[in-house]
Amino acid sequence: MASRGIKDRVAIIGMGCTKFGELWDKGTDDLLVDAAYQAYESAGVEPNDVDAYWLGTMASGISGLTLSEPLKIQYKPVTRVENMCATGSEALRQACYAVASGAFDIAMAIGVEKLKDSGYSGLVINNPPNDGTEGSMTAPASFSLLAPAYFKKYGLDPDKGKDVLTRIAWKNHKNGAKNPKAQFQKEVSLETIKNSPKIADPLGIMDCSGVSDGSAAAIVVRAEDAHKYCKNPIYIKALSFIAGPAEGPLSQDYDFTTFSEVVASAKDAYAQAGITNPREQISMAEVHDCFTPTELVLYEDFGFSPRGTAWQDVLDGFFDLEGKLPVNPDGGLKSFGHPIGASGLRMMYEMWLQMRGEAGPRQIKNPKVGLTHNLGGAPGRCVSFVSVVGSQVG
Amino acid sequence: MPVMAGIVSYGSYVPYRRLKRSAIAAVLGTPAGKGERAIASFDEDSVSMAVEAVRDALKAAPPGDVQALIFATTTPPYAEKLSAAVIGAATMLPAEIRASDMTGSVRAGLSALLQGADAIGGGAKRALVAIGDCRLAAPEGKAEQTTGDGAVAFVLGAGGVIAEIEASASLTREFLDSWRAQGERFSHSWEERFTLTQAHSPLLGTVIKNVLEKAKVAPGDLSKVILDAPNARAADEIARALKIDPAKLSDSFALTVGQTGAAHAGLMLAAALPAAKPGDRILVATVADGADAILLRVTPANAGFKPVRSVGRMIESKGDVSYANYLKWREILPTEPPRRPDPDRPAGPPMMRSEKWKFGFVGSRCTNCGTPQLPPQLVCVKCHQRGKMEPYGFADRTAKIATYAIDRLAYSLNPPTVNVVADFAGGGRFLCEMTDCEPDKVAIGDEVEMTFRRLFTAAGVNNYFWKARPRR
Repeated sequence: MASRGIKDRVAIIGMGCTKFGELWDKGTDDLLVDAAYQAYESAGVEPNDVDAYWLGTMASGISGLTLSEPLKIQYKPVTRVENMCATGSEALRQACYAVASGAFDIAMAIGVEKLKDSGYSGLVINNPPNDGTEGSMTAPASFSLLAPAYFKKYGLDPDKGKDVLTRIAWKNHKNGAKNPKAQFQKEVSLETIKNSPKIADPLGIMDCSGVSDGSAAAIVVRAEDAHKYCKNPIYIKALSFIAGPAEGPLSQDYDFTTFSEVVASAKDAYAQAGITNPREQISMAEVHDCFTPTELVLYEDFGFSPRGTAWQDVLDGFFDLEGKLPVNPDGGLKSFGHPIGASGLRMMYEMWLQMRGEAGPRQIKNPKVGLTHNLGGAPGRCVSFVSVVGSQVG
Repeated sequence: MPVMAGIVSYGSYVPYRRLKRSAIAAVLGTPAGKGERAIASFDEDSVSMAVEAVRDALKAAPPGDVQALIFATTTPPYAEKLSAAVIGAATMLPAEIRASDMTGSVRAGLSALLQGADAIGGGAKRALVAIGDCRLAAPEGKAEQTTGDGAVAFVLGAGGVIAEIEASASLTREFLDSWRAQGERFSHSWEERFTLTQAHSPLLGTVIKNVLEKAKVAPGDLSKVILDAPNARAADEIARALKIDPAKLSDSFALTVGQTGAAHAGLMLAAALPAAKPGDRILVATVADGADAILLRVTPANAGFKPVRSVGRMIESKGDVSYANYLKWREILPTEPPRRPDPDRPAGPPMMRSEKWKFGFVGSRCTNCGTPQLPPQLVCVKCHQRGKMEPYGFADRTAKIATYAIDRLAYSLNPPTVNVVADFAGGGRFLCEMTDCEPDKVAIGDEVEMTFRRLFTAAGVNNYFWKARPRR
């Protein structure tokens, strides 16, 4: 019994990503076809060369028909997957395992979400019929639970804590300003972020990720086949996914300053990839910055910062694009936007660009090892996905 | 000899919010009344308030002994569906009870008390009378100023009573006083001089005369007189006519709570009982569509009875509500709906499956490792053993706030919604809404207690469940 991983057995040979944002003139079909064809072209394959598809969407369609119908996929397996905000990463994980197993030669993972058609603010989730006792907390409120708990535990006064959160959003906007596909391509001042209208105290609207439409796709093959298609593929070092026991809301042992699921999936991924000192060994990371306190806590869950010190690293610029360990170089959920099913693959798209030296003004110098991460749910009750990817085998 | 029924225990409830009469005047430009009135919060109704009163009443009288439950109100949340069933479920009464709702008149409160006494006379071990009211009044009207919201509950029995019912009298007359047609939100009332001179004063005078004659008691023998009339002048006139010492008249809470509809006579009685001496005679009478009067004689057992929360304590525990918020809470002032989906209607089968949890707030405790947990679990959160759970109630346990969230995006009639992670004394954690609080004062470590509320109404279904509140 072990999580053995598939280190260096699968490579990404092509990727696509639409612009993210309020895409009023594009429907789910437009987004899927755009991302899929970008990926085909990127990999230099014809649609019919792909043997199997994994489609991730939380709520923009059900079943594989959501993809096969607009793409006119010719009698191939298409699996629709859902794992909350980790949906896109889940599609990638399934596609990787499928080619690693030998069942298929070429697989596509594609994620999509069309959020802006609902007419509602924020994210809307349809619950199964229930007894009416489950809370109706919105996502920002759920994640805001972290802030007072973290501030109290590490003795940050609330105003200083707010400055730390503000700087995280500021950094992600600064990165997103250099990204032509991001939802918000504009730097935002610290003052504007700090004084933005409150959504879930201490979080303002500028502490929240962008509600966005978008799609992203990856084509994967077994590593030994990668060079048939591509000069500089990227290699899967680790894929870890965990659905937690959701004990946080039930147990007084949980203190709302960590995601136990992330700690566990990071440990698993690091073991698969052979990472022993993440602060030193990881060149860049795309983490799930759904709300600013999430990113703060994730720094510590990933071992990028020792417990209780991430806030200091934030203020020191450690995670800036020019810092020692750039986090969310593409702008993150905050600035790139968060179309649920697409986000995990969008993160991988940034790894793809950075490792191939195609990231333009936000290019990080010679990144060797990257990490992507999604979580879905709420503090104490979530799913977590972690991947480690590299530009080289070994 | 007939069984002498009496009061075994009681509880009362005055909601936390107060509306100053001057605040109404400031908005409407009307003359400012004195004092304030109690306001059921946006998440309360006659049933949820009655549950709060019943919970306190049952602290001194085990629910398992109750064989009859009567809920009285003029504001039942459902036109068709038994409110008493909600109260029974929320307070863990056995299923084997007779239960009914009494409504239609503010007199229903004392009428319910008399029916409860009849149930005891008919052999019931204990009868529970729950009375709650939350009457709506049109802006600018007198009733908006004079009414208040509240609840009271009495456990009746034949043995161990703190006050026995010595005699009662009732009158029923058909006359046009106060009325509200099906589908109407606000009551109408006939011109006051008519109802005062032709109905309220004579009816109250006659019913009191009748009950005193039955018991062979003179007005001078009364220690306390509780007169609940829609028009305070009716009470004053009768008190003068009977030459009752004004010091013996109970405060009607006009300046602090307002007239709490069907609950009011009972609430005044609950306020009078703690100071009553053995042998004291208390007369309580109410007039509406006729009149009811009850003569009680206090027993020595009253000295040993202390209400969980006295009426006075509930009156002192308060926070203001603005007139604008009050109008929004009652949906008198329509507001732009949030750009969020409406809450889902709770579903019948899951509600029935989880009745003990949803209504009784009963979680589970692992018999293997002893960990309390809520909602009830199948596999233990701590030792991960399956099938070792026993029921474990959390409703009466206090908790401390581990962390909190102030949600300004969620659908609510009273934004922002405060959510707290509540860590219960003795174990167990629950993430829930906190009500009756000031959002900017919430802090980690604050102590909270649980309260039964109506979370929302969706597709005509009232969704009752529990919230935390600061201790009262």
